[in-house]
Amino acid sequence: MSIFVDENTTVIVQGLTGGQGRFHGLRNKAYGTKVVAGVTPGKGGQDVEGIPVFDTVAEAVAATGANASFVSVPPKMAGAAILEAAAAGIPFIVCITEGIPAHDEARVYNTLVEQYPSTRLLGPNCPGIISPGKTNIGITAGEIALPGGPVGIVSRSGTLTYQALYELKQMGVGVTTCVGIGGDPVPGTNFVDCLAAFQDDPDTKAIIMMGEIGGSEEEKAAEFIKANVTKPVVAYIAGVTAPEGKKMGHAGAIVSGNSGTAQAKMAALSAAGVHVVNNPTEAGEKMAEIVKGL
Amino acid sequence: MDLYEYQGKQYFARFGIPVSPGGIADTVEQAVAEAEKAGYPVVVKAQVQVGGRGKAGGVKLATNEAEVREHAGNILGLDIKGHVVHRLWIEHASDIAKEYYASFTLDRGAKQYLGMVSAQGGVEIETVAEENPEALARIYIDPAIGFTEAQARQLVEDAGLDAEARDGAIGILLNLYRAYVEGDADLVEINPLILTPDGRVHALDAKVTLDDNASFRHPEWDDFRDIDEFDERERLARSKGLQYVGLDGYVGVIANGAGLAMSTCDVVNQVGGSPANFLDIGGGANAEVMANALEVITSDTNVRSILINIFGGITRGEEVANGIKAALGRIDISIPMVIRLDGTNAEEGREILATVTSDKVLSLPTMLDAARKAVELANAKN
Repeated sequence: MSIFVDENTTVIVQGLTGGQGRFHGLRNKAYGTKVVAGVTPGKGGQDVEGIPVFDTVAEAVAATGANASFVSVPPKMAGAAILEAAAAGIPFIVCITEGIPAHDEARVYNTLVEQYPSTRLLGPNCPGIISPGKTNIGITAGEIALPGGPVGIVSRSGTLTYQALYELKQMGVGVTTCVGIGGDPVPGTNFVDCLAAFQDDPDTKAIIMMGEIGGSEEEKAAEFIKANVTKPVVAYIAGVTAPEGKKMGHAGAIVSGNSGTAQAKMAALSAAGVHVVNNPTEAGEKMAEIVKGL
Repeated sequence: MDLYEYQGKQYFARFGIPVSPGGIADTVEQAVAEAEKAGYPVVVKAQVQVGGRGKAGGVKLATNEAEVREHAGNILGLDIKGHVVHRLWIEHASDIAKEYYASFTLDRGAKQYLGMVSAQGGVEIETVAEENPEALARIYIDPAIGFTEAQARQLVEDAGLDAEARDGAIGILLNLYRAYVEGDADLVEINPLILTPDGRVHALDAKVTLDDNASFRHPEWDDFRDIDEFDERERLARSKGLQYVGLDGYVGVIANGAGLAMSTCDVVNQVGGSPANFLDIGGGANAEVMANALEVITSDTNVRSILINIFGGITRGEEVANGIKAALGRIDISIPMVIRLDGTNAEEGREILATVTSDKVLSLPTMLDAARKAVELANAKN
């Protein structure tokens, strides 16, 4: 099994007629993802290589019954696009857009919680989600992931996610689902959401978690793991050498005073019984060793 | 983007928050002129983006022209924790009856805004929070709803502000919230927020961090762009559109993706070296971007070796390798370089890199080995 998505997930791409949306939407379709429609206001009636385009998400849902959306629109419009998808009844929204203003994100997050509690947002500023061999929504290169399990991956960073997928593939270890939760300060889906889903997924036997400096989501994950996760977890945290007060590429990757340091996160995870490793390669090696012993 | 105090006060004034009259001065003569305008006594304040200015001698009271000349002369050029003072803010000195604290920021854990007020201002608020947490009144604000006058009243009452300061403080809090949300700030902080003996409340300092992601809807922010604060390397990187953070070490780092770039710095550290920088060239790795990155890295005279760490995802290994090859053809680099290329079509990429490798340009397949080699080369050069 996989978490959040599977081979039956039907996807619309908001922004399919744009450069990024077209490129990744078509790649996702070529991978086998059921991409059933695109949405671009004012371009309803057109098509992108046979994928019909609608003016609104509501029209696309009415025509196709889609149950997921891939939002690939510029930062100015991304907040509204997410809320439009939620209002149209889409239960799972992936937003890859980088550079959304923090206040827009905070408003969208809380609006979803209050008005659309059954909608899950993944991202923004994330690589998306892939269940190898079943579906790929987002910008992950599908060919670097081996299908089948037994490992689940959750990560705040795109390239570190790819690194983890690739390391596991080199060692012949498959993945049930790989979720990129993104590097922004207010992610729609957090580590705990993914850990809970992996814990409940019978096909996932072990979990890799890739964190980074900033915020306290890794510490919350540590508490959750201690209380609720019986499967082995391997964790890597990037940013040991990051200076205080500087945003390290991601809007959310910042050490503020003494809070959000890699050291504190690693200590919390170690105390929760997680296998904490020093670099992404070790994460793959450690996981391969764990899988062998399962 | 962090604002200087004087910029923060200009920003606050736009939202109707009372601040002291004053002006900026880059020379002693300007300082004297601004002091005349503001009216004695004045405070001469160093404009640097670092805390502890007062203790470092960067804030002085002057009651006449001679004192302004003396203090301005001493403070201009002063090094405060590595920040050299190039600009002063001269403002009319306020009589202070009480010092308070007020701020708004995002609580990432709660995913809501956090408003804080304290009757114990003028000191490091982290100290108050630690030693006397009940002295710091807090309120959570739902971003989808907003901040109400009733909440503002609750905050000042919970903080125990003096009765005569309450109405003024409530008005300032409502405006400060607007400055936070409508102004697209990550942080707005007034410390101290003062009560004068004649019962007025106003902002004596201003700390503002603006959200760079929102700059598209704030053309007025151009007034605040003052890249003097960046170090030379960060300024060059910024002009080339690269995500760069300067560090203190000697191994130059280039990687694709923020997480991988951070991780590369960590691995350099793990094998006993010290990274000179964080540099994320983003998803692609074409010749143009790579050449720009190498130019920025080599402008740093501390750099003794370069580690390029690229993971090919959608951008394939051979495209990356061709980009690196072309970049090497465009600029002349005397510093030894180690390239680690992995991911999609890594083998094909490494074959291309093999055509440019030499005793100066090496290609190693794993992150750890590449980092070890880069550190070894840097140490050999020392």
